[in-house]
Formats: sequence, structure tokens, C-alpha cells
Amino acid sequence: MVRSDYLPLLLVPALAFLALPLIGNPTTWVTLTIAALAMGMMIFVISSGLTLVFGLMDVLNFGHGAFIAIGAYLAMTTLLPMAGWMQADSLTLNLAALGLAMLVAMAGTGLLGWAFERVIIMPVYGQHLKQILITTGGLIVAEQLIHVFWGGDQKPMALPTALRGAITIGDVAIEKFRLLAVAIGLVVFFAMSLILNRTKLGLLIRAGVENGEMVEALGYRIRRLFVAVFVAGSALAGLGGTMWALYRETLTAGIGSEVIVLVFIVIIIGGLGSVGGCFLGAILVAQMANYTGYLAPKVALASNILLMVIILMWRPQGLYPVAKR
Amino acid sequence: MINAVLSGDLPRSRVLSAALVVILVVLASAPFIFDGAQAINTSAKICVFIVLVASYDLLLGYTGIVSFAHTMFYGIGGYGVGLALYGWGATWSSAATGLVLALAAGIVLALVIGLFSLRVRAIFYAMVTLAVASAFAILAGQLSDITGGEDGRSFRVPELLRPGFRLIDAPVLGTQITGRVIAYYIVFVSALVLFLAGLRIVNSPFGRVLQAIRENDFRAEALGYRTVYYRTAANCLAAGMAVLAGALNALWLRYTGPDTTLSFAIMLDILLMVVIGGMGTMYGAVLGATLFIVAQNYLQKLMGTASKATEALPLLPNLLHPDRWLLWLGILFVLSVYFFPTGIVGKLRQRRG
Amino acid sequence: MAEALLTLEGVHTYIGQYHILQGVDFTVPRGTMTVLLGRNGAGKTTTLRTIMGLWKPSRGKVIFDGAEIGGRATPDIALAGIAYVPESMGVFADLTVRENMVLAAQKGAPDAARLEWIFGFFPALKRFWTHPAGVLSGGQKQMLSIARAVVEPRRLILIDEPTKGIAPAIIENMIRAFTELKRDETTILLVEQNFRFAQALGDWAVVMDDGRIVHRETMAELSADTATQTRLLGLSLETHG
Repeated sequence: MVRSDYLPLLLVPALAFLALPLIGNPTTWVTLTIAALAMGMMIFVISSGLTLVFGLMDVLNFGHGAFIAIGAYLAMTTLLPMAGWMQADSLTLNLAALGLAMLVAMAGTGLLGWAFERVIIMPVYGQHLKQILITTGGLIVAEQLIHVFWGGDQKPMALPTALRGAITIGDVAIEKFRLLAVAIGLVVFFAMSLILNRTKLGLLIRAGVENGEMVEALGYRIRRLFVAVFVAGSALAGLGGTMWALYRETLTAGIGSEVIVLVFIVIIIGGLGSVGGCFLGAILVAQMANYTGYLAPKVALASNILLMVIILMWRPQGLYPVAKR
Repeated sequence: MINAVLSGDLPRSRVLSAALVVILVVLASAPFIFDGAQAINTSAKICVFIVLVASYDLLLGYTGIVSFAHTMFYGIGGYGVGLALYGWGATWSSAATGLVLALAAGIVLALVIGLFSLRVRAIFYAMVTLAVASAFAILAGQLSDITGGEDGRSFRVPELLRPGFRLIDAPVLGTQITGRVIAYYIVFVSALVLFLAGLRIVNSPFGRVLQAIRENDFRAEALGYRTVYYRTAANCLAAGMAVLAGALNALWLRYTGPDTTLSFAIMLDILLMVVIGGMGTMYGAVLGATLFIVAQNYLQKLMGTASKATEALPLLPNLLHPDRWLLWLGILFVLSVYFFPTGIVGKLRQRRG
Repeated sequence: MAEALLTLEGVHTYIGQYHILQGVDFTVPRGTMTVLLGRNGAGKTTTLRTIMGLWKPSRGKVIFDGAEIGGRATPDIALAGIAYVPESMGVFADLTVRENMVLAAQKGAPDAARLEWIFGFFPALKRFWTHPAGVLSGGQKQMLSIARAVVEPRRLILIDEPTKGIAPAIIENMIRAFTELKRDETTILLVEQNFRFAQALGDWAVVMDDGRIVHRETMAELSADTATQTRLLGLSLETHG
């Protein structure tokens, strides 16, 4: 995905080294940087589907936040009867429980994504204004339904025993769950890169992002492709939502709206439709959030707006603009 | 005469005209026909939201721009007046200074966001405004030294508007003319004037260019209109009106805080009001705001009763719980975007035609 | 005259509110090259896009090999055996030349012998085989777009102005390639402004104006008929050099 244009990649170390003297303490800096990587991976998992759906069909789902929340709630519900596995002092059982919960979350949000595409999005293809309104309406309804089914109060989302706490390397303490988040994020990224670059399905998706009409003229049904990507994107949002809730260790119906702002910033600065840009954008946004969260917590989100403005002044179409017909 | 006041844009439907007259008469006489704080508060809120929704419709309905930052401008108006009265004393001059500063800040911000992101596409603008508005709301909640944080700020208004003030000693038509009544009429008259101004704008040559751009921006561009310029101008106008609505709201509530001005929930309320009332018709703002706020205040009570009545059944009481009324409005919203994109006003006008 | 592979009968197409095709009738005989000529804005590109299903005809019939395809989905039309080389070339810039060719092949991997045959006309494609198509020059992109259309034998190829802005040397290669294809009995419908190119290859000439077919005769007849050329195509100075 990322070819020959390596300049934006330098932003990550640049931002990191710019933050070092401001933070002062190298140990804190390492901890923050690792936290940023973990957070970035989660945001990437959530955003990647959204940006591909946009690239492929010019559809932006403002209801994406609902999938984040519903995924997290599904995972929480799955984990309830597995309390024994979660509390067992065995990494295998812990991971099995989490894995199962993540699978349920993904299956549920994937299915929901399929229904959402049929009912909500299909009738308003190509009409941007209605698309934004309808998907926002879908978001309202979905968030309300969460209240109906799960109640409005904040739910605890405890980490399993083996993933609590931190491991210490020298002076640096790294929370175990963050390592898991980085691992999952990397797996998703490499799996996606592999699919996009090495399979015919991936070639079709990339070609479709660039010129959907020509893909159709070569004999492929772009709608099927789109539904597949939409379902996959929704499932990834569900996975990301589960990870996010575990990371926060609590869960409210507003969890989707909380993350979606960062997600939008990520896909804008990455370049709408670009998976590589989304990956890079997610890390940058998470770095900014963590560094400023430490240095000046009150302006954490505002600093990301600033990041977006600066990047768009440099590259108005985002870091990795997608070539359009 | 009426034609001139309404800028030639008549309701063009008998039912709509009747509804508008009823709303106007009730709002104009609210302090005299209602007892109790709730009804008068509801009336004032309707006045404020008519302006807010009409200004949003100028963007959404007339220009085809989706902005999620409208509450930000509304909040700037509220905080501008509120913080000025709080910090510089309860005088008219501090209120006026606050208002002017808020207007300037709002319009400059709208200009910057507009020039920055309106050249691209509707979707891009919606995302950018959502991000900026969220950051602004968080900032307002965090900078508690200035804004009072999540609690907001209660402040005193000038003498003339206080509840204890009496314009004349004797009651008029059975109602004591207190500072609150005066404050209500300031809100009402300002809202009426701003609404008529909005009607004038959309029916001016400028308004027609906006609609041409909404219909086909390539064509409008080809005809020689600088679409970015027009869109940005509409953005600034709408922002200015939202600032004024926020100022009126703060004056009436004598309070300003994130929940009453900046929250995303209010943004959704505005969207619902515009769409249900009718996009691209100023009158839709009147009907949408009135119906929504009346429903918000009274329908919720009804739902509470229904929820209690169905207590024994599964799930149903949850669905009917008063807090879930947004669920039903959300469904109504989605359905109206599909089936009645022109909203109530569009339907009423269609029936006549 | 050979049996018709493609027939348009009274085809009307609207783009938005604009009535572009106003009753187009013509046939493309099997195994020949038919050239669609006409001024800018006459409706040539819209005709190709309507055949391909990228615009839906509001009235009339598009009959391909005996079956009505008007209004069918573009992928179905493509799978029926029609290839399309759009004016914009439609090359996927982010994909390599190889990947572009892989997607064009409907029956699995592209056939090696067929590829060699294509490289014979368009050697640049072999040179840039593993490079992103975005780095190709305009002429090379045009080669790739044509190569995609012929990667497997197709029954009908629609080509929209392949010579536009292309260097003469590459045009010579195109003429060679199309001559070969014609020998293979491939049916081609070509939209062209370059009359010499059209003359060199075309069997039939169909002239459009204002959304209708105004003239149809063999290319040989049209070549001899300078009056018609001047009247319908405005060809008097620039192309007759």
C-alpha cells in the first residue's frame, strides 16, 4: 500500500523526539510512547474498515460508532458466563475467553453491518447529504437500543487475571494489555496488507477504491465487494470496541461517540480510502493524545485538531491521498 | 404588507398558515395565557430554537452543507454573554460587549473552518466540524477557571430582567409585569426579527445562488459563481445567527454550561427538528422546533405512564421508558429522511398543490 | 453484409436532465471494425457507455448477439464478452501493470502466449510489468488499457479515442495491433476523431450528430466522399494533410 513515499513515515519518530525534551523523563516518555502505540493500534482496527468503505463506495458511515459500542457490549455479555475462565490464573484460559468474546463481538457487529447496509445505506447511494443524515439517525437509534437492552449505567469491563498489571523492563513499566493490543493491531494490519496486496479480492478492492466503474466494466460486481468490505469493517469496529472497553476497563453507551471523533481525524489525515495512511494516522493521533494527555491534559483533543490542520496544510488530501479517476 | 414582511415567501398552505398563526399568537401572549414556570420556559425555548433551527436550515436545507458544529456557535453566544455578565458585572454594557465578542469569534471561526474545509466535499466538512465541535466542547468543560467547567456558570442579569423587578405595580390582564416577562419579550421579539431576517436572506438573490449551488455546484461554478465564497458566507451567516440564539438562551436561563449549549445531544435535536419540520423551508424550523420541544416536555410524561402500564411485559417498558424517547424520534428521523425528505411543511404544501 | 453482432434500435439516454442520445440506430457487423465519427458532444462516448451499461437507456433496445442487454448491469455485459477501453483509459494507477492485467483476465491467470503476443505490440508493458501503472506515460497507459481489453479473446471491443494525445510512433503500434485483432475476426467499435487512424482500420463508418446517427456507409465510400466529410465532420483542413 505504501510505495516510494516514505516522508510521512518520518512523522512518527519526529513527533516522538519532539515530545522527549518536553516530557523530560525518558522512562515516562517510553511508557507514553508504548501507550500511544497500543492506542493507535486500537484506533487503526476501528478506522480501517471505515476508510475502505469510503474509498470503495464513497459512503461514509456516521453510524460507525454504534458498531464500536455494540461490539463492546456483546463482548461484555459473552464474558459474563465465562467469569471462571477470566479469573483463572492461566493465560491460556484468559486468552480463550477474550478470544471467544472478540469473535462474538465481530460476528455480531458483522451481521449488524450487513443489515445496516441493506436497510440504512442502500437506499441512499450517491446522495451524500441523505447518507450523513440517515447514518446519523441510525447511530441515534442504535445507541438508544443499547440503553434498552443493556441499561444506561456504566458497566465494569475487567481485564482477565493474567493481563492485569504491568511487566517491568528496567525502569519502564509496560501494561500487559497494551502489549496484547499492539499484537492484535499488528496482526490485523498485516493480514489486511496481505489480503490487499496478495489476493485477487484485495486487488479488486484497491482497484475499486480508485475506479469502481472500471472494475465493473471488467466484469466484477462491485456491490458484492462493497458489502463484503462493509461487513468486515463493521466486524473490525466491533473488535476495536471490545479492545477499547477492555483498555478503559469500563463501558458506557457513549463509548462509540467518544472514539469516533479520533477515528474521523485519523481517516482524514491518513487520506480517505487509504489503509496505509489510516495506520500511520492512527499512530500519530494516539501519540499526540498520549503526549499532550500527560503534558496538558485539558487540550488533548484540541491538540489533535491542530495536528489535523497542520497535516492538511502540508497535504490537503491527507498523508497518502488515494488516486481517484 | 404581509407579503413584504415575509419577503414574498408565503406559507402556501392553509393548514400551515393556520399552524403558524397559532404558534405566533401563543408565543406572543405566553406570559399572559400560561401560569407556572414550565410553560413559559417552554415558550422561551421554542423561540430560541426557532432561530437556531432556522439558521441551521440555512446551511443544511438551502446550501446543502452538513455541519456538526452548529451547537459550538450556539455555545459561543451563550458563553460570550454569560461569562461577560458573570465576570464584568450585571450591566447592559457587559452583555453587549460579550455579545459583540462572541459574534466576532463565531464568525471568524466559521470563516476559518469554511475556507479550510468547504472547498472539499460535504462529507469532509461534516467530519471536520464534528471533530472541531467535540474538541471545543471538551475544552469548555476542561477550562473550568474561565468557563466554570462541567457545572457552567450561573450569573446575574441586568436589573430590568430580574424576577424581582416590576415595570408597573398593578398587574396587566392579571399578570404581573416582572423582569422575567420583559426578558421573555426580548427573547420573543429578537427571535421574530431574526426569523424574518432569515426569511429575507433565503429569498434574496444571495439565497437563490445558494440553492443553485445546492442543486448543482458544477453548474453554479460554470455560471461564474465562486461556490466556496457563497458557501463560506452562508456558513458565517448561520454561525452568526446561532451565536445570537445562544445569547438569547443565556439571557433567559441566566446560566450557561456545556449541557445546555454544546452537547452533541442538542446537535442531534437540531438535526431532528430541521428534518421533521422540513429542510429548505424556513417555516419548517418553526414547526419542527415547536413540535419537538412540546413533545420533549409532554410526550415524555405520556411515555412514563405507558411504561408503568406495561411494567409486567418484557422489554416493552424499557422501550417506552421516558428516557428512550430519542429512540422513537430517531426512528421517525430515519423514516422522514427516506419518505418525507421535505418534512411536514413539504407535505402540507404538496397537498395544496 | 455480415450478420450484425451488435444492434442499437432507437436508443435514448438521459444524463441527469440532459437528453443526450435521441434515438440512436446502427449495427456493428460481426468480425469488422466500425468507426463511430462525429463532432465533440455528438454523443459518441455516451453511446459506448450506454452499450456498456454505464448509463441506462431510457428507451430503445441494445441487442448483442441476439440478446437484449440494454439496462443490464455492467458486469453482466462485460461477462457476455464486451471489453471497454474508456477515453480516460481507466488504468488502476495504484496497481502494477501485472495486477491490472490479472484483473482483466476473467478466466484465471492471463495466458502466457497471449501476453507475449501483446508484448510484441506494446513492449513497454513488459518493461514496466512489476511497476505501478501510475508511473506509466500517457501513451503507455493507453497501451495497458487496450492490452487489458484483449488479454483474453473478447467478442466485442469498445474503444474510445485511443489516439488522443498519443505520440505518432505509438499510434503506428496501435494500428498494427488492431490489424492483427481484425485478422482474428474480433469485432471492434471504435470512437475516433483522428480520421486517418479511422481510415486506416475501419470497415464501416457511422457518423453521429446531436445524439442521432446521421450517416452510415463503408469506410471506402466515405474516404472518397470529401463532400460528406466536410459537411458532417468538419474535416477539411486539419486531418487531410
